[in-house]
Amino acid sequence: MTGRVITITSGKGGVGKTTATANIGVALARRGQRVTCLDADIGLRNLDVVMGLENRIVYDLVDVVEGRARLRQALIKDKRLPELTLMPAAQTRDKLAVKEAQMIKLVEDLRKECDFVLIDSPAGIEHGFRNAIAPADEVLIVTTPEVSAVRDADRIIGLVEAAEKPAPRLIINRLRPSMVKRGEMLDTKDVLEVLAVELIGIVPEDEAIITSTNKGQPVAFEDRSPAGAAFTRIAQRILGEDVPFMVFDDTSGLFDKMSKFLKR
Amino acid sequence: MSFFSRLINPSSHSAATAKERLQLVLAHDRINIPPATLELLKEEIISVISHHVEIDRARVQVEVERSAEGNRLIMNIPVLGTASATKQAARSVRERKAR
Ligand SMILES: Nc1ncnc2c1ncn2[C@@H]1O[C@H](COP(=O)(O)OP(=O)(O)OP(=O)(O)O)[C@@H](O)[C@H]1O
Ligand SMILES: [Mg+2]
Repeated sequence: MTGRVITITSGKGGVGKTTATANIGVALARRGQRVTCLDADIGLRNLDVVMGLENRIVYDLVDVVEGRARLRQALIKDKRLPELTLMPAAQTRDKLAVKEAQMIKLVEDLRKECDFVLIDSPAGIEHGFRNAIAPADEVLIVTTPEVSAVRDADRIIGLVEAAEKPAPRLIINRLRPSMVKRGEMLDTKDVLEVLAVELIGIVPEDEAIITSTNKGQPVAFEDRSPAGAAFTRIAQRILGEDVPFMVFDDTSGLFDKMSKFLKR
Repeated sequence: MSFFSRLINPSSHSAATAKERLQLVLAHDRINIPPATLELLKEEIISVISHHVEIDRARVQVEVERSAEGNRLIMNIPVLGTASATKQAARSVRERKAR
């Protein structure tokens, strides 16, 4: 068996790559897919804590690449979801510790054991980004609806195309429907028009992301929260299901509430 | 937009500003020409076109569209002028040339 390799990346840092990797991984595994999430952010690992598996790390990706551990020794199985595993990054090593060819080899070995390898890319356009892109069959780009993040996403789209990967698909994260409604935040269609890419999901700004990260329990374990439901939909689209994009009828803004109140 | 937000912030619409700024910044990122040059190009084209037809200068949009075949520079120029305005513009150009 050979699993699909999907890299989740962005130009700008902090837009939600790690959050997206963990949650899409959980959502896919909940649908019975065998998933390995690979943290390619060497030196700044975070996927372990977002997934709540940090206490179980013994070996990491660099140990495997340098022959100190076997693949299976480094892989951490998620006890909550037997289909889900994590390949952690090294925290105390330099970004340059792994070469592109080594990363490709590692992912080739991993994909034999599962349906999906999800790679959490570091921000930027340097070595770490190129390592994360090299083994990918598909690329998902995360952006927030802000000028700087969208601009950097455009740069990444160009680099992904230059690397001769198929056209990347876009996740718009931290959308605030009430601001869009007021004309104070770029809307999905604005972002898509400017970037000319295919959309794979819209994830709203959601406090549940913060509380779930506090606990190490990704929101996608349940579909209750808006963000959890959004990540589940992304997983469904990855599996080829035709799910409509969520329409956020967010009227939680103070102004909207007051207006509604007055209209009554 | 709700009544109250309009009341407090009558003409902000920062999303529209964001989109416009993005289109310009991406235009120069994609074809690698400095923003000032692009701005100059835009002004020159506007001035050439407005010799012949009356246009809505404030709503002119410049964009570089990425496609499989490469980048395309696209200018969207809203025309205001009626036929008579156009004729008038043509006349003034002829007059200028005659001088
Ligand atoms: N939809 C959301 N709603 C609320 N908070 C969010 C959302 N998505 C991400 N965040 C928060 O944004 C912060 C950055 O997210 P994350 O670490 O996933 O980004 P990243 O792109 O992986 O960052 P880096 O470039 O540093 O690797 C985190 O604190 C996370 O909890
Ligand atoms: Mg990260």
